[in-house]
Order: sequence, then structure tokens, then C-alpha cells
Amino acid sequence: MELIETTRQALELLVSGDSGLWRIVWVSLKISVGALILISPLAIAAGYLLATQSFPGRRLIVVITQALFAFPTVVVGLLLYMLLSRQGPLGSLQLLFTQTAMMIGQMLIAAPILVAFTLSAVQGADPRVRETAIVLGAGRLRTALTVLGEVRFGVMAAVFNGFGRVISEVGCALMVGGNIAGMTRNMPTAIALETTKGEFAQGVALGIVLMALALGVNFAMSWAQGAGAQRQ
Amino acid sequence: MIHLCRLISIISALGFVLGLAANNAVARDLRLATTTSTDNSGLLRFLLPRFEAAHAITVRVISVGTGKALKLGENGDVDAVLVHSRPDEDRFIAQGHGVNRRDVMYNDFVIVGPAGDPAALRGGRDAIEAFARIADMQASFVSRGDDSGTHKMEVRYWVELGIQPTENAGYRAAGRGMGEVLLMASELSAYALTDRATYYAMKDKLDLQILVEGDTRLFNPYGAMAVNPAKYSDINFDDAMRFIEWLTSAQGQQAISEFKIDGKQLFFPNAAR
Repeated sequence: MELIETTRQALELLVSGDSGLWRIVWVSLKISVGALILISPLAIAAGYLLATQSFPGRRLIVVITQALFAFPTVVVGLLLYMLLSRQGPLGSLQLLFTQTAMMIGQMLIAAPILVAFTLSAVQGADPRVRETAIVLGAGRLRTALTVLGEVRFGVMAAVFNGFGRVISEVGCALMVGGNIAGMTRNMPTAIALETTKGEFAQGVALGIVLMALALGVNFAMSWAQGAGAQRQ
Repeated sequence: MIHLCRLISIISALGFVLGLAANNAVARDLRLATTTSTDNSGLLRFLLPRFEAAHAITVRVISVGTGKALKLGENGDVDAVLVHSRPDEDRFIAQGHGVNRRDVMYNDFVIVGPAGDPAALRGGRDAIEAFARIADMQASFVSRGDDSGTHKMEVRYWVELGIQPTENAGYRAAGRGMGEVLLMASELSAYALTDRATYYAMKDKLDLQILVEGDTRLFNPYGAMAVNPAKYSDINFDDAMRFIEWLTSAQGQQAISEFKIDGKQLFFPNAAR
């Protein structure tokens, strides 16, 4: 019975536009979207270079990138915490327990996913696209943009996948953000907090938003992959 | 022959299941929901072995904020509760969720802050005045913000002052345990309200000093109560009563006063005899 009652309260919160609740959603989106906007160009470029260039140590970097997939987010949080702590090497920046720290954490978590997905998308592209572009006299940048445009659905899938991972990530966000109300409290850390308080309604409401987002992103990703597959 | 084999296996399976059930009934653990302060400070690790040795009962501790601890009791997820927020405890009893509430002990709270002490609180003995100064100076303050007993105590001070703490730009509601809040206050050079036990347990890791102490309003009484057996028939009520009886006995009270960190007594027994 409690489950039904809690869900009813959660829906009420969502419909009534509870300001505290939507503030948390806003903080979440701002940090995660911001992190992806900042890291995506860099990571996509790295993935493209790894797919198209050959240089010593390339294989090793690819293996490391794939291994970083499984890097626990709490360890990212721990390392970042020690770096940003007042006693840490970057302590003077006073970034610990800020949105910036959370954004850095999410960039680190998303980067390997973006690199690896872009890498395999570019490798899967028709090699003639790149050859043709070069033959037609396109410069390096022009060639890269042409190839990436060709595999844009794969790249989009990479970005969606990275977003799905960081929007629901709790370990790193809690450690370097500190779950401060109105500042660094995002959806996952708020849900964790509400549960320890025994206040389930807001937790369930945020859980609904989070699941809707995750499902939406997954649908978008399937669509991107489906659209990509049809073209080839 | 095949039938016989099947019969034997069915009987042994039945026996196994019954044996498990019987075993369960004999060796039921006592589930205790309590606050992070009793667990983090090491008090429970000191007390429970003594109780367990005296009664051959295993205690499983779930350490959460006062709000959650009472919720666990209300839902019948635990057998006994040991918390510190008197108004909530009284409501818990009045609503029929628990019985046999007993005073157990108290500890005291202190206001800690950075050595620089921007709001000049050092040496003060009035908690309310200290809070007023923090608000006046717009000084950084890290709040538990998690509905715990400590948070409720802090909120009572702001209410008494008629101040909305969130209007202070330096106010941070962390929504985390005492240990995390102290670390955060240390990192941010901010003030915080903490129980003395957790502060002493973590002192070496903190750039924080005790600035205000000794106000009777900072005394923090703990109460123990059993979850109402009339609500949940499967609750381990007998062991819960034995635990509360032991905590408030001469033996239990003596043990509480013997618990020390760095030679300092942190909890003071006050059970009514």
C-alpha cells in the first residue's frame, strides 16, 4: 500500500511543479549536458585520430581506452577528490564541492565511451569516403569532417551513450559535488539522500524523471543506430 | 525402488526446510536502527560485545539518520530504535509505532569552525548567539540537511532566532552524514554543528577547532524504544526489551560512562532508576 501511496505523492510533486524538485533536475541537466558539450569535440577528435592514423603506441592507447570503460566511477571520484582537496595539488583552485568539479568528473567518465564509440564508428565507415575526400583535394580537417559526417549516427550514439552514463552516475557526483542543496545536488545524489531520510516520494518522483530521460536517450540511440544501419 | 528413492529425497528435503525454519526461530538476531553518531564514534562497537556476551543475542546495527531510523521502526524493518530527537520520539510512541521509551544517555554538541574564525565565535557559551553571528556575518556554514537529529537541533536554533538560514549565501545544506559534513566544512573553511564524539573521532583529519561549547541547549539526549509488537507479530520484541533493559541497567550505564576517546568521556548515562 505504501508503494502506491508514495507513487501517488511522487506524481503530485511532478505535476505541481515543485520548485525544489525541478531545481534538482535543472542542476543535473546543466552539469551533464555541459560536461558532454565540453568533452565531445575533444573525445571525438581523439577517436577519429585513433581510427585513421597509425603511430607508435596506438594499439596500447586503444586497449587502455577500452579498459577505462570499466573504470569504477567512485575511483574517478576518489582521484578527483584527492586532486582538488585543499591538501591536494590543485587545492588552490578551490573547486571541491562545486558544479565545476562534478562536470570534470563527468567529463572523465564520459571520455572513454566517446573515444571508443567514435573509433569503432570511423573504422566501420566505408574507406572510400576518406580516400575520395583526399583525392578531391580536401584538407585534413575537411576530410575528418566528411568522414565524421558520414558516420554521424554512430557518433550520435556515442554522445547519447556517454550522456546516459553520466546523468545517472552517483558515486563521483556525491564525492566531489557533496550533494549541496540547490548547488551540487543532482538527481542521483538527491535520490540517495531522500532514501536515507526515509522520504521516498521525492526520490520516486526524481526516479521517474531519471528513468524517462534514460529511456528517451536509449530510444534516441536505437533510432540513431537504426538510421545508421539503413544507410549502409 | 525408484519410488523409494524419491520418497527419501522428498523426506530429506522436507526435513532440511523444517530444520532451517526451526533454526531461524531459535537464533533470531536483534535488529537495531540507530543514528550515525553512536556508530561512527565507536560507542556501539564498545557496548554491543558486552551486551551480546551477557545475553547470547546477536545485534545487527543499521546506522542511519534519526528520521530514517524511526521510519524503519514504523515499517517494522527493525526491532528496536536508539535515536536522539525527543519530539520525534514522543510522536513515534504517541502514534503507536513503539513502546517502552527510556532515557539512555546524552552527549553534547559543539560548534566548530576554522582557526581564522571570521564570525569571532571563539570562547562563546551561547549557541543561539553564535548562530545569530554566523547569519549576520554571512559566514560559511555546512548543515547536515538530512533530517537527522543533529539537523533537527540546528533547525530549532534558526527557528528560535527567526532566521531563514538559506538566505545566507554561505549556507550549504549537504544532506550527508556527520563525518562527511565535517570534512566538507574543513575543506570549505566553514562552521558546523557537530556532536563532540564524531568531532574527536575525526579530529586529526580536520582543520577545525571547537569554538562554542557548554551551552545546556547543546545537550543531546538519546532514547531507546522497542517497536510495537501489537503492530508486527513477527518482531523480535523480547530481545528488544532485553536490550533496552540492559542499556538502562547499572551494568549498561556503567559501560556507557567507560567509553572514552583520547581519555575523554563522550556519552553520559542518564537512565531513570
